[in-house]
Amino acid sequence: MSGTHDPAHHDPSHSDSSHHHQQSFWSQYVFSTDHKIIGIQYLFMSLFFLFFGFCLMLLMRWQIAYPGHPLPFIGKLFGEHNMPGGIMMPQFYNQLGAMHGTIMVFLGVVPLGFAVFGNYLIPLQIGAKDMAFPRLNMFSYWSFLVGGLLMLSSFFLPCGAASNGWTSYSPLSDIAHDGQTIWLFSMAIIIISSLLSSLNFITTIFQLRAPGMTFERLPFFIWAQLITAFLLLLAFPPLEGAAFLQLCDRLLGTSFFLPSGLFVNGHVYDVSGGGNALLWQHLFWFLGHPEVYVIILPALGIVTEIIACNTRKNISGFGMMRWSIIFLGFLSFVVWSHHTYLTGMGTNITAFFQTTTMIISIPSVIIISALFITLWGGSIRFNLPMLFALAFLPMFGFGGLTGLPLGLAATDIPLHDTYYVIGHFHYVVAPGVVLGLFAGIYYWFPKATGRKMNDFLGHLHFWPTLITMNFVFFPMLIQGLMGLNRRMYDGGATYNFAHGVLFWNVIISWSAFIMFLAQLPFIFNFFYSMFNGEKVDSDNPWHSATLEWATPTPPGHGNFTKPITVYRDPYSYSLEGAPKDYSPQDQKEI
Amino acid sequence: MDNLLQKLLPMQPLASVEGRDNDTLMYLIHGLVLILFVGWAIYYVVVLIKFRATKNSKAVESHTAHQISSYVEWFVVVAEILLLFAFSIPFWAVHQAGMPTGKDILQVRVVAQQFAWNVRYAPSGKFGRSSARFLDDNPMGLDPNDPDNKDNITTMNQIYLPIDKTVLITLTSKDVIHSFGLPAMRVKQDVIPGMTTHVWFTPNKLGSYEIACSQLCGVGHYRMRGIVNVVSQSDFDQWIAQNKGIHD
Repeated sequence: MSGTHDPAHHDPSHSDSSHHHQQSFWSQYVFSTDHKIIGIQYLFMSLFFLFFGFCLMLLMRWQIAYPGHPLPFIGKLFGEHNMPGGIMMPQFYNQLGAMHGTIMVFLGVVPLGFAVFGNYLIPLQIGAKDMAFPRLNMFSYWSFLVGGLLMLSSFFLPCGAASNGWTSYSPLSDIAHDGQTIWLFSMAIIIISSLLSSLNFITTIFQLRAPGMTFERLPFFIWAQLITAFLLLLAFPPLEGAAFLQLCDRLLGTSFFLPSGLFVNGHVYDVSGGGNALLWQHLFWFLGHPEVYVIILPALGIVTEIIACNTRKNISGFGMMRWSIIFLGFLSFVVWSHHTYLTGMGTNITAFFQTTTMIISIPSVIIISALFITLWGGSIRFNLPMLFALAFLPMFGFGGLTGLPLGLAATDIPLHDTYYVIGHFHYVVAPGVVLGLFAGIYYWFPKATGRKMNDFLGHLHFWPTLITMNFVFFPMLIQGLMGLNRRMYDGGATYNFAHGVLFWNVIISWSAFIMFLAQLPFIFNFFYSMFNGEKVDSDNPWHSATLEWATPTPPGHGNFTKPITVYRDPYSYSLEGAPKDYSPQDQKEI
Repeated sequence: MDNLLQKLLPMQPLASVEGRDNDTLMYLIHGLVLILFVGWAIYYVVVLIKFRATKNSKAVESHTAHQISSYVEWFVVVAEILLLFAFSIPFWAVHQAGMPTGKDILQVRVVAQQFAWNVRYAPSGKFGRSSARFLDDNPMGLDPNDPDNKDNITTMNQIYLPIDKTVLITLTSKDVIHSFGLPAMRVKQDVIPGMTTHVWFTPNKLGSYEIACSQLCGVGHYRMRGIVNVVSQSDFDQWIAQNKGIHD
């Protein structure tokens, strides 16, 4: 921004290089402060983490289906300590379990939904040049990367990675080996990254909306990101604090989570005691449940955008959806103890948490119903993003419904800590949220690259993934009803009562292996289409009404080539008297 | 009816009196899940076929669907209120948070550790002192100087119970959090160091039932298995008589 330029070129909304001196490769693509580059950096890393976490699960699935059998071909690569002769050891199984959960939640799905799509789309959809704090944004990404790689590096410790479940309950985690220390440090860094991102997102949405972009005119995706950011901002600090306390217990000899009189492995455990093991659970789940909505809401926002565009209709009950998501955000802070029903809770306190849990199902039902009703009367286009979005609705809905038996404290007793829980939340996250996130990748890929992803490969990705996911997660509900517990190194073979449902283990595992193969078309498609995909013929290939499509393709630094003013609601499709079936938000005439 | 439900929603064969109420709620809530999912699925298939772009080239607003959807939302609200206040909360008050009523109750103490269940009976009805100081001598830390402990029976991973008699099991842990899961009785309770929790039930079927630790407690978690043997009252009395004062 030197004074030697023509004033016209100073227009801050001008695109790219004309007023910026040529950036070096490093500052343009690596240490970039551009929200779109940061979003894409997050995309590569979170997809890598997602793939990594998925592979950990495949190793576990071999052991669960064939307990004690050597893993063919690759089993010996994991070392004599973890898999002697290719046979998995219990401590390695527990490491895989803890790290699968941690990586999928904190390094895969949440960054993909929140950081990737939030970074890339928030400024575009509200008509801003960039985030409010671009350098802070860069710092968020790099701390995420450092925290994530630190987490993975713990596998290379002599003792291995953390092995106490992704929930890291004390006292088990207090007395565990050093992998847990690395887990806590990594989590602390990842949490800092999330907190800074959420501050940035909130400020951006409040401060940098284009003229005319009122809160009523914000797309639902932005609402979803805004609520998500608040949830992260308010729910993560307690876990940050809890992680610090557990670190103190482990490194400084404190006893925040250690009661007096522990007798571990035949010896009196030498600590001062006086702590409380339950404290950790409450601090953890105070984050843990809002975190569920942190996982869900971005995907819900993405799916809403795609459904509105591909039904060529306004979202039915859009106002109700906004109130529902706000209500949901508040309520998500008072349901956490439905994760701890069996810790000896009394009648009043469980009655409270059961009631709030049932109440929170209502806004969820309203949001899903609104999307269902939007389809009625629509002109439904079945393109690739829409297929994924349409699969999201029933799968996510089913995940929500199977939460009801767990939300009622009485039926939670037999189901708690069984495969029913695994089936339930994976329905929400995998066939639900992950398909929704894939929908977003297919939908906005043309904006980011100027090319569409290949249709045939997309179908080859979609159908096998959808089918195998159901073969993976539905049988888990059956196993759980029969009482098969989760986190079983031998898949439950120790227990006679589980023998009737153990044959599902083999079916589930092979479905998961096939699901792995079904991701290969996506990976190939992603890289192939980036350079060789069919070029889009306009900046707005889906004929969408929201602002991100008013940018050049791909959008340059500064995003918009002209000043943006917003004149109407985000889903202005099929308006009466309009010449086209979509009326972009930034066009004065319909 | 029971057979049909058991086929539709297979669970462990029930072996306790109190578990029946839990099963009833389990069937009801899954009935609700089924109705909602099937209803929505039918609507979904119809709407996707009826309004596909190749057939319906222009989108139109509709208001009937709104009406139907608000009925569905009210139906969900009413169903949830009913399940909550008529079933779940009372069940919890009586069976999980509540204590068994009546005098003729068998008391058993269970101390969990990595990776076993220590069980203790007091045939005289009085449990003597126990302390962590004595854990080096015996796994439940029984004070050898307390006369009340003389007839105590301790076992590992084996619980004997007489049929049709309510048992109250008091749960504590030596080291980390475990969970006392007994699927056949529809009973599960976390066992937390520094806290005392309990479960109670009335077994009504002879046989052996497995206790599965249900909270990740370390490398041996998957094999932390115990057995509940439900025997006749006379067999139980005989077992008590034979084992008095014996510590496994």
